[in-house]
Amino acid sequence: MGVFRLVWAFSLLLTWSLAFQSDELVIDDEELGLEGGQPRSSDSVHTQSLHSTATTRKRFSDSGSDSKIQFELEHAFGGSQFSHAGNFSARLKTWNHGAQTLTKLWFSRNALSETERNNFQKLLQGDDFYRIRLPSNVLSPPGREYIISSVKARCLPGEALEEHFVIHMEGVNILAVNYGSPGSCPYPRQPKLPARWSFKSHTVLKNSDQAPRAPVFAEDVFGGEEGDGEVVKQPEKAFWAKYWMYLIPLGLIVMNAITQAMNMPEEQVAGQSGTQTQQQPGSAVQRGTGSTVRRR
Amino acid sequence: MAMAIRAFLMFVLFLFSTQFCFSLYEDQVGLMDWHQQYLGKVKHAVFHTQKTGRKRVLVSTEENVVASLDLRHGEIFWRQILGTNDIVDGLDIALGKYVITLSSDGSMLRAWNLPDGQMVWESSLQGSKLSKSILNVPKNLKADKDDLILVFGQGCLHAVSSIDGEVLWKKDFSGQSIEVQQITHSPHNDLIYVAGYVGSSKFYVYQINAKNGELLKDNTAALPSGTYGELLSVSSDMFVTLDDTRSKILLINLKNGEINYNDNHISDLIKDTSGQGVILPSRLPGIFALNLDSLGILIKVTNEGGLVLVEKINNAAALSDAVSISDGQHAFAFVQHEENKIHLTVKDVHNWNSDLLKERIVIDHQRGNVEKIFINNYVRTDRSNGFRALIAMEDHSLLLVQQGEIVWSREDGLASVVDVTTSDLPVEKEGVSVAKVEQNLFEWLKGHILKLKGTLMIASPGDVAAIQAMRLRSSEKSKMTRDHNGFRKLLIVLTRAGKVFALHTGDGRIVWSVLLRTLRKSEACERPIGLNIYQWQDPHHHALDENPSVFVVGRCGPSLAAPAVLSFIDAYTGRELNSLSLAHTVAQVMPLPYTDSTEQRLHLIIDVNQQAYLYPKTPEAIHILQHEFANVYWYSVDADNGIIRGHALNSRCNGEVVDEYCFDLRDLWSIVFPSESERILATMTRKSNEVVHTQAKVMTNQDVMYKYISKNLLFVANVAPKAIGEIGTATPEESWLVIYIIDTVTGRILHRMTHHGCQGPVQAVFSENWVVYHYFNLRAHRYEMSVVEVYDQSRADNKDVWKLVLGKHNLTSPFSSYSRPEVITKSQSYYFTHSVKAIEVTSTAKGITSKQLLIGTIGDQVLALDKRFLDPRRTLNPSQAEKEEGIIPLTDSLPIIAQSYITHSLKVEGLRGIVTVPAKLESTSLVFAYGVDLFFTRIAPSRTYDSLTEDFSYALLLITIVALVAAIFVTWVLSERKDLQEKWR
Repeated sequence: MGVFRLVWAFSLLLTWSLAFQSDELVIDDEELGLEGGQPRSSDSVHTQSLHSTATTRKRFSDSGSDSKIQFELEHAFGGSQFSHAGNFSARLKTWNHGAQTLTKLWFSRNALSETERNNFQKLLQGDDFYRIRLPSNVLSPPGREYIISSVKARCLPGEALEEHFVIHMEGVNILAVNYGSPGSCPYPRQPKLPARWSFKSHTVLKNSDQAPRAPVFAEDVFGGEEGDGEVVKQPEKAFWAKYWMYLIPLGLIVMNAITQAMNMPEEQVAGQSGTQTQQQPGSAVQRGTGSTVRRR
Repeated sequence: MAMAIRAFLMFVLFLFSTQFCFSLYEDQVGLMDWHQQYLGKVKHAVFHTQKTGRKRVLVSTEENVVASLDLRHGEIFWRQILGTNDIVDGLDIALGKYVITLSSDGSMLRAWNLPDGQMVWESSLQGSKLSKSILNVPKNLKADKDDLILVFGQGCLHAVSSIDGEVLWKKDFSGQSIEVQQITHSPHNDLIYVAGYVGSSKFYVYQINAKNGELLKDNTAALPSGTYGELLSVSSDMFVTLDDTRSKILLINLKNGEINYNDNHISDLIKDTSGQGVILPSRLPGIFALNLDSLGILIKVTNEGGLVLVEKINNAAALSDAVSISDGQHAFAFVQHEENKIHLTVKDVHNWNSDLLKERIVIDHQRGNVEKIFINNYVRTDRSNGFRALIAMEDHSLLLVQQGEIVWSREDGLASVVDVTTSDLPVEKEGVSVAKVEQNLFEWLKGHILKLKGTLMIASPGDVAAIQAMRLRSSEKSKMTRDHNGFRKLLIVLTRAGKVFALHTGDGRIVWSVLLRTLRKSEACERPIGLNIYQWQDPHHHALDENPSVFVVGRCGPSLAAPAVLSFIDAYTGRELNSLSLAHTVAQVMPLPYTDSTEQRLHLIIDVNQQAYLYPKTPEAIHILQHEFANVYWYSVDADNGIIRGHALNSRCNGEVVDEYCFDLRDLWSIVFPSESERILATMTRKSNEVVHTQAKVMTNQDVMYKYISKNLLFVANVAPKAIGEIGTATPEESWLVIYIIDTVTGRILHRMTHHGCQGPVQAVFSENWVVYHYFNLRAHRYEMSVVEVYDQSRADNKDVWKLVLGKHNLTSPFSSYSRPEVITKSQSYYFTHSVKAIEVTSTAKGITSKQLLIGTIGDQVLALDKRFLDPRRTLNPSQAEKEEGIIPLTDSLPIIAQSYITHSLKVEGLRGIVTVPAKLESTSLVFAYGVDLFFTRIAPSRTYDSLTEDFSYALLLITIVALVAAIFVTWVLSERKDLQEKWR
């Protein structure tokens, strides 16, 4: 079991790409000499102290532009108190112009203890919220206030407990965290317990996008005219695609005419055999339709 | 086949779209729109009746309007609206032809031409510190043939020429720490006295030569005690004030520049009173008025400096300034209340024994108390003195009273609309008399024949006038019943005075009005303010016999911690059904989407202590809420700290008092914006009653995009802290605008985008799956409008027709906010020329009709801009298919087409808000714009495709049919005859 946990702790995902594997992270850890980082022993993963640990940060001695940073995730079951649930680690990149951003986020979650498991089951029964919180500033946690997010507990259980974080950052500040299951949250709820009591986490860091600029035409008036000149030729449509609306009625008419033409001689035959007409007085009147032909 | 239909529809749409703008012909003005002009609550009034010309009264109001009114009818001769921050401090007439206004804390002095309201001159008076601002236009103060205007403002005394507004001399008092209280001019020796305090107990007086501003003498005296309230001048060299215990009257006398004072106990003048008085600010020669225990007391100041009690007035409501009626004779008026009547008494200041006038006027009690009175005298036909009074009431209405009657009244409370809701009118009762039908039929025929004449262009000018008049006063549109198209409704507006009006949408008349008891000043509630008005009961199915009702939420004072008040009003009659003074406060009112068996809507009122209270307080409501307990979510915005929080209901409150209708709440999520980089500027949500017709949007390449339609979306616009101020105070590098689209159930940020070099003010509108917002781009030095559309990707694979046919799609699967949304957004920005006061979007009954944005421009007009101009998919060279779909070629700025102003030539002065209401007819949307003026119209963004126009000539149609039938018969007869002839041949 311990080995299993160990594997889990390091195979948690960095970003969308599942390709980031744990061994690379471990090397990172060593390189940066993270103090207070996760010691890689299997039992300490879930025996982490519950009170909030100050973020430890150590400057990279060589470049002075990168350092390692760690902040913690706390969780609560329904209305309970928040307790330690895991650690986020990231590389803090200081740009030349002084701005600081986080890159290379990875996450190690503690395994659920027995009481936590029970609490989670209670949440599932009561259809209550599983809540998490993060500091709003990663350098001086908790910042001004904690960032809280909640999800109905029923959304998480899948194969394991599946969770998905999108952390919205602005420099070293966390604005918000979108927390929930990676897929859909089924409704009405199914009273389903996870097969494995461990978390499968996906984390994404997000920064603000640039808004598109208003188009400016002042410079390329000429270009615009040019664009007008060469009219983009539409790909020539196939004959069928162009005229199908005429062809289909035409076809119908033709078919109709053909069947009528075929009916004509048959009807004469039918007229000769009187017995049949008496048996089917109704159908004799009808002519020219395909069904009449078939019925015979 | 579907494709053919689609192509056809596209073509039809394209045909429609080639008609960009919907505009009016000149003769259609006033057919379906109305416009009303108001002023606001009158603060100052000056009569101008000396000349034989038109008699008028000049007023300035709390909405910063300066206006000249016709004294005979109360119509507006002219009106000037100063900006919202340009508060009028004083109003007077100079030279008999200029209206002088002092505004902006005594820094703006303007002269308006009395006959037409054109501005003659404007003078900006500089000063260094904020102070009281005083405008004093002495009657005969001349310096070099120039009449002087004395202005005190910003700590400086200015003497301004009334001819051209030039500052002749200036005296700065800001160096001394004196608080100037009064400026008087003594006409005998051309001296100006400037009186004021230092602290509250040191009295200063400066004597200034009026000719050149030379300081002649300054004097100071320490008063025996501190002072309370303002200094009132009784004559040019006598002042009164109260001491700080408010039990003594200090009388300050300036004789030859010497300060003498004496103090008198109020209790010496009036026996057996112990209350604390307030000096009323009415300017009366030799007399002042004191308000003591709601008793008006007039005290005369004798020449020797003694005080004599003149009169006690019971139930005194208001006191006017004195007017001079002849040499040395001054009159003033006061008003007393009695039930639904007021007593107006005019007295001579120096002769107390007789009344010059005593009248009793019946006043609608819905107008409340008299707040201000201004009087004016005239000479009666029998050469005696007559008086007229202009009265400003508690509901901000304005009355002119003369000869015991209300000559005219203006409902100027409507200049300060706070919130608007609508109500349907009652259903028409069956049973119309035959005579009425006959008459109607005759009228109908006559009307149509006239119209026909008009169509065939054979109408005489008289007929044309008759047609126009008939169209304008069409009795249909002002009926008090519901109509088939849903054009007739009641607009129920809450005004700042705490009065609720119901306006008919047909002609804008006031159907009923009610001054709410809960929003009137009282002991318990010192400064009540009305906040919002909501639908309470809107019966349409099983409770049709009950009238709909609305409720008003108010608060006892400007602070959030003041207790809340509620009033329930019948929407048909205006009766106040019930009113509650609540024990809790109100921070937010949340109408829930549930109604009880009598169709009363459930509301949660959230107070500042984060507790939610359920209304109506019935067990049934509790029962309904318990069912939906887990589905109630809301959010709160803490703009000061930059935090948005999401909440859900938790449990019953556990206070000392058990309250079944009170609930605790808990925080579900929070978003904390970093204070060093962002400040919340604006938030916007979708309208809760908005209808979306289709969730899919067909693209040109036969692709389908699904709109992300969630009721729980919030748009937030943040700016950089440095750029929070006015445009121009921040450089483009230090200003940015960040916009967010947030799901308010889970707190997920669905979209986040930064506009660099941009700043507020931000105006936004959210509808369906898109948001449009307006801001300033500092780099381009222009205003911009951006659009963001949100599309749902999780439904994107429902394109296959077979899936739809076989039901293997997830379109009908329940939508959960807790599922991870897969959204994509498209956005685009465009330049827009105007700055914008408000943005709204048209709303129609089923949401099929295309949308128009209604933009309240800085010129106080409403511009209708097609949403298609703000389409993020606009490209430079749209393909043929895209053109068919109605995509407009990309341009850098949004066009402003003069015909698309829905206010046509009118202005909605001081525009503050636009409200749209769907009519029953799908193509049409009702628009109500309010500010100082009110404007209502109905618009059809895609033209009225579902009905014939009002001036459609049915008669022409009938005649054509009749003519055709006749022609058929004639030709038939002819052909028969011809046949017969053929046969005989």
